Amino acid sequence: MPNATVTRDQPGPTAPPSKRRSRRLRTVFGRQPLGIGLAAPYAVFLAAVFAYPLGLAVWISFHDYFFAAPGAQVSRPFVGLDNYKTALSDPAVRRSFLNVVEFLVINVPLTVVLSLVLATALNGAIRGRSFLRVAYYVPYVSASVAVVAVWLFLFSGDGMVNKLLGPLAPDPSWLVNSGLAMPVIAIFVTWKQLGFFILLYLAALQNVSKELYEAASVDGAGKFRSFMSVTVPGVRPATTLVVILATITGANLFTEPYLLTNGGGPDGASTSPVFVMYQKGIEQGSPDVASAIGVILVIGVLVISLINRRLLERD
Amino acid sequence: MKSKTVAAAAVLTLAIGATAACGSSGGSGGSSALTAHGPIKVWLSNNTEEVAWGKDMVKAWNAAHPKEIVTAQEIPAGKTSEEVIGAAITAGNAPCLVYNTAPAAVPGFQKAGGLVALDSFKDGKAYIEARSGAAADQYKSPDGKFYQIPWKSNPVMIFYNKDIMTKAGIDPSAPPLATYDQFIATSKKLVSSGAAKAAIWPAPTSEFFQSWFDFYPLYAAESGGKQLIENGKATFDSDAGKKVANFWRTMYADKLAPQEKYPADSFADKKAAMAIVGPWAIPVYKGKVNWGVAPVPTSTGMAADKVSTFSDAKNIAMYSACKNQGTAWDLLKFSTSQEQDGALLTKTGQMPLRKDLTTVYADYLSAHPDYKTFADQAARTVEVPNMPNSIAVWQAFRDSYSSSVIFGKTPVDASLASAATKVTALAGQS
Repeated sequence: MPNATVTRDQPGPTAPPSKRRSRRLRTVFGRQPLGIGLAAPYAVFLAAVFAYPLGLAVWISFHDYFFAAPGAQVSRPFVGLDNYKTALSDPAVRRSFLNVVEFLVINVPLTVVLSLVLATALNGAIRGRSFLRVAYYVPYVSASVAVVAVWLFLFSGDGMVNKLLGPLAPDPSWLVNSGLAMPVIAIFVTWKQLGFFILLYLAALQNVSKELYEAASVDGAGKFRSFMSVTVPGVRPATTLVVILATITGANLFTEPYLLTNGGGPDGASTSPVFVMYQKGIEQGSPDVASAIGVILVIGVLVISLINRRLLERD
Repeated sequence: MKSKTVAAAAVLTLAIGATAACGSSGGSGGSSALTAHGPIKVWLSNNTEEVAWGKDMVKAWNAAHPKEIVTAQEIPAGKTSEEVIGAAITAGNAPCLVYNTAPAAVPGFQKAGGLVALDSFKDGKAYIEARSGAAADQYKSPDGKFYQIPWKSNPVMIFYNKDIMTKAGIDPSAPPLATYDQFIATSKKLVSSGAAKAAIWPAPTSEFFQSWFDFYPLYAAESGGKQLIENGKATFDSDAGKKVANFWRTMYADKLAPQEKYPADSFADKKAAMAIVGPWAIPVYKGKVNWGVAPVPTSTGMAADKVSTFSDAKNIAMYSACKNQGTAWDLLKFSTSQEQDGALLTKTGQMPLRKDLTTVYADYLSAHPDYKTFADQAARTVEVPNMPNSIAVWQAFRDSYSSSVIFGKTPVDASLASAATKVTALAGQS
């Protein structure tokens, strides 16, 4: 093998043309050109669907930009940080960021705890395990529009929950109550996505050695102690993934405030940054300000994800 | 290594974005298109009755103009027609005419370079003003041009359920609804008697257009026909605006109007005794609700023939992507002729925006007194102002209204004052 490396890196002056071509190809495509070929479609997809729009959004956020007809003579001057100033000085935008923080504070821990506990239960030999696994997954693969209708039936003023609560029902009701609208949305999203995160934990649990549980049992650990001392540390990489994914999907909250609380109501208590981006960019014809909000959101999510990763992967 | 990769990816991303943003694409119809004739496409509203009218109109046109065939289709599905039309303008594939262009969306479409000024046609301005009279002025853009032809209005009034009124012990032939005090007293009777869950149930949600169906009609009446913004300044931080806002605040505070959206049609489902609707509702509620109609209330109980209201008009605009604008203009005139306007009235119940509405269709209106009431009201309508940042202005107003009037979080008068400052600033931006 070392000989082969020497031959490749230090070609003799008399190498035939076919070998020289081959070396050039290797220089460009590396030792495994097939690998690049296999990765290329996804790389192109990423470039077209993620990198291009992201780059365009960053560009738009620094210009006085609006959508225009092809061929229309429009001026889109560079405006520096003006769009960012406009976005951050708008109380509706600031509130939407606070709302999404409230959402994440409820949604992410709840998602981690519930999905890990349920995955551990489903990983054991319990009756109806297959049925329960499917049951938890169904909301995740169901269309939000359909599932929201069920929650409206449950949590509207005349809904089933209020009928059960009787005089204890909140007034104003859940979805028009400034203090309760966002928590209801956070719980809804937790419930809807639980199936996916349970699957992640189920996969991670297969890698936790049974010997560790046996050793813990020999040492006198009960079920709770085993869970805390063996399961939780054993699935830590999965927990990092769950926290980061839940944070990213939570920060992109849109459908639920749009449908469940009729556009971020009541009185903006459940607006999210993405919902405000929709209002500004699509409805009000200000994609420049919307892009600035989007860039701020991307940076915020990156920072939170990095902090999460540092904290969760710390020994 | 990792940081180098990230930096390279970031640079690549920005480069791609910048390259993409600096690119340009194809052209639009252009000035030569103004006189070009040939096949064209038009979009119709997806209202069943309007589609029926549109298809008949196009059939009549095509029979007489075999070389200028018109293809009509419903506006493609989307959250709102305006979003679909906006996307089509940006993509350069908008049709020649859209028979459902909201006046509030026109400034945005105009800014995007998506519309053709109808004044560009030799007889454009004269035709519009001859058909609609002085009412056409409300549809002029700030540059003095017409980018839309006033087509039809749906002047909104108070519909009430006569059976629910009777159940609550109120005379259904003339329920007391003229003044705010009467309206509130009647509403209290309706709810406290258990005749209806709500007296009236306007959507309490935050979409920018919802104020057109609660605050704005009453404000048009109370202010004697003022628009939300006039001469670049908000008009609603006034005695009239405060009276209207406080009226609705009472309705919400006393639980006569719910704060939660009804998921269907509360009036058709008999959950609400009243609704604010236009003449489109006549065929919709026929056979379902035993209804009556009254003008929107005012603080002093203004005489019915003095009450203004919101027009809820939908207009026709010509889009710059159109290659055969000569045909489009001819079709536009054909479809707004006295004959086609008459067909629109009889098939849809909506009021053509003609200055001679009550005289040229007098026979039809006297045979259909329900429509006569709306036709009379159509003479006193107020449109949304044609101004820059129109949608942003309405959203800012709605947010403030929602906070103070619907949910009572902020004092009504202070909220109107701060909203007025904000929307005046927005309307002043280009």
